[in-house]
Amino acid sequence: MNDFYSSFWGVYITVIVIVSLIGLAFLLKSQSVVKVKKGEKVETLGHVWDGDLQEYNNPLPGWWVGLFVLTLVFAVGYLALYPGIAIGNLRNWSSAGQYKQETAQADAKYGPLYDQFLKMPIEQVAQNPQAQEIGKRLFLTYCLQCHGADARGAKGFPNLVHHDWMYGGTPDRIVQTISNGRHGQMPAFGAAFGEEKVRDVANYVLKISGNRFDDERAGRGEATFKQVCAACHGPDGHGNIDVGAPNLTHPSGVWLYGKSETTIIETVTNGRNNQMPAWKDFLGDAKVHVLAGYVYGLSHNAQNAQ
Amino acid sequence: MENQATYNYKVVRQFAIMTVVWGIVGMLVGVVIAAQLAWPELNFGPYFHFGRLRALHTNGVIFAFGGSGLFATSYYVVQRTCNVRLISDKLAAFTFWGWQVVILSVVITYPLGITFNKEYAEMEWPIKILIAIVWVTYAVVFFGTIAKRKVKHIYVANWFYGGFILAVALLHIVNSAFIPVSLWKSYSVYAGAVDAMVQWWYGHNAVGFFLTAGFLGMMYYFVPKQAGRPIYSYRLSVVHFWALIFTYMWAGPHHLHYTALPDWTQSLGMIFSLILLAPSWGGMINGIMTLSGAWHKLRTDPILKFLITALSFYGMSTFEGPMMAIKTVNALSHYTDWTIGHVHSGALGWVAMITIGSTYYLIPRLFNREQMWSIKLIEAHFWIATLGTVLYIASMWIAGVTEGLMWRAVNPDGTLTYAFIDAVKATHPYYIIRFLGGVLFLSGMVLMLYNTLRTAASGSPVNAQIPAVPAHA
Repeated sequence: MNDFYSSFWGVYITVIVIVSLIGLAFLLKSQSVVKVKKGEKVETLGHVWDGDLQEYNNPLPGWWVGLFVLTLVFAVGYLALYPGIAIGNLRNWSSAGQYKQETAQADAKYGPLYDQFLKMPIEQVAQNPQAQEIGKRLFLTYCLQCHGADARGAKGFPNLVHHDWMYGGTPDRIVQTISNGRHGQMPAFGAAFGEEKVRDVANYVLKISGNRFDDERAGRGEATFKQVCAACHGPDGHGNIDVGAPNLTHPSGVWLYGKSETTIIETVTNGRNNQMPAWKDFLGDAKVHVLAGYVYGLSHNAQNAQ
Repeated sequence: MENQATYNYKVVRQFAIMTVVWGIVGMLVGVVIAAQLAWPELNFGPYFHFGRLRALHTNGVIFAFGGSGLFATSYYVVQRTCNVRLISDKLAAFTFWGWQVVILSVVITYPLGITFNKEYAEMEWPIKILIAIVWVTYAVVFFGTIAKRKVKHIYVANWFYGGFILAVALLHIVNSAFIPVSLWKSYSVYAGAVDAMVQWWYGHNAVGFFLTAGFLGMMYYFVPKQAGRPIYSYRLSVVHFWALIFTYMWAGPHHLHYTALPDWTQSLGMIFSLILLAPSWGGMINGIMTLSGAWHKLRTDPILKFLITALSFYGMSTFEGPMMAIKTVNALSHYTDWTIGHVHSGALGWVAMITIGSTYYLIPRLFNREQMWSIKLIEAHFWIATLGTVLYIASMWIAGVTEGLMWRAVNPDGTLTYAFIDAVKATHPYYIIRFLGGVLFLSGMVLMLYNTLRTAASGSPVNAQIPAVPAHA
């Protein structure tokens, strides 16, 4: 009962619980006064409602009383063994304790299996059939919600199958991304640029990424791009994996939010904010390693390569 | 006819008819969302989406169908067992029209997405206030009539109706406490685990008082009336009434096992849920044993079949409930369709069947007829409804246990055997069976509407004379 600032509440709850259990037992006893001998005719109580509604004075069924008492006894026993009243519980049980214990058991049981992969380089894990099997299962449990069962992502969620990596696709980079997560931020330029300038920049981006563009606008947009956008995306638009600035010229042509003029204008105007959660604390290094091997394999193994 | 020498049947008649109408509406929405779960392509746009229609279904069947049934029968029972007309026709009429406005507001606002973040209480604050006003008026009419009674003792059905009315007022007001930010948006005054606990204190007692105590009131009048036998045991009534209304108040935490709710709260929720088993069964025993000496009537009387089957489902779901409240069982059943099956064995098997049986008893008496227009149609309704209920709950049991087992299955490497979508695929056939069960139950209600309209058309509205009170009452 250490959920409270004051010990008063523990006492308060304990008293109410005990009084309630005793009260229920007393209620049961108070109505167990009627006894009927075998063959004796049970009388009604003599009251009549609405012409013919009456009540027999039958005793409480014995088995039912037994059932009631049994649940009360169980309650007392359970409260002695598990948390419920301020007096404490004999097993010293807590749900947090149970979680820790079960986690420790699982770690002891499965730990060695994962540790053997931790010693292998990621490239080798990506080639190991058993590690790939396990990695796929981990992926289908923890990653598919965002990246999809086929790892091809969705709007706002990166595709892991092609070779275009926002934060880098080397083994170390993938491990880092899964372990610590990533927080991608594209600032909003709508207010600073104004509508016309945003549209010009967007057309320049369309130009360098090999899409249809308006020549006049792209020409005007180039200056803005080199002056402002190049800070993250680089003067040629090749991006920067250290800040997660996407390569705007990648031949895969896959865009996180879409490559239409409207979407690019939206991105430049309002910016983007995106987060990949950190898994290190939850999964541990070994599982992250296996998972990284699986993700690496998605774009490097022959059967998956694009 | 509108005078103190007669009972006020008008408000009973209005509520009884609306019970059937709202039953069809609420269950139709249920069938629609069951279809949407089986065939997701049926989710169209924001207004016709499962997320919004689901709340419309739950509120429609609980408050519109169940609520109208409770209003109708409680107004009928309190008058007939107190030998006195309702204290005020005007206030009673206000509860009828007020309740219909509440329901219509819900039907309009939910699909528009105007909702509050509490389950079974999704209406926004202006509707919540109207509910509170209507409910307090209901309490005034009900308890005022009891106070004016011509019979010394208060009949057991009225204890349950009274307990239900008081508790629902308390639950609604405490759980609904809100901070409005605009005309159609408000937020709960509670936060975090406290908010969750208040929600499930309300949620489980909505089951305990709205869906149990109220309908036990119905049972205590219509079962002995239809069977023509005295209630089995007054002693049992006393124990199970007080034990039931006392213990239900503790049971809410079992909805929050293995969550951020403190361990001690979860333990207390679990043990008191188990203690609820005997008090719940007390009602079932008292109802079913009332039939002793009249078992043969079950063969020929479909109304009695509805009432007794309802009690059987009541006994079954009140056994299942405490079992599911045990933490180890809950670890398997929680978040699965088993819960949905459990709710519907109570909702279809108990609440709907007892209401249907009681309404079949009421309708002819309100229209000055001996019996319903067609007894054969009642019989057909009974079998269709029973088959529908069995299909529904059996399919959800299988689906729920399948989900529970698949979610916890672990490979030798410690990873989960199944991705979430695997369990979705595995339960698909049972979703279709559940949909069929729902269609059957709904079709039974359509038969009921037809039978009701034919009965009303061939009879005439009547307000029965209040008989003189016998000397020995």
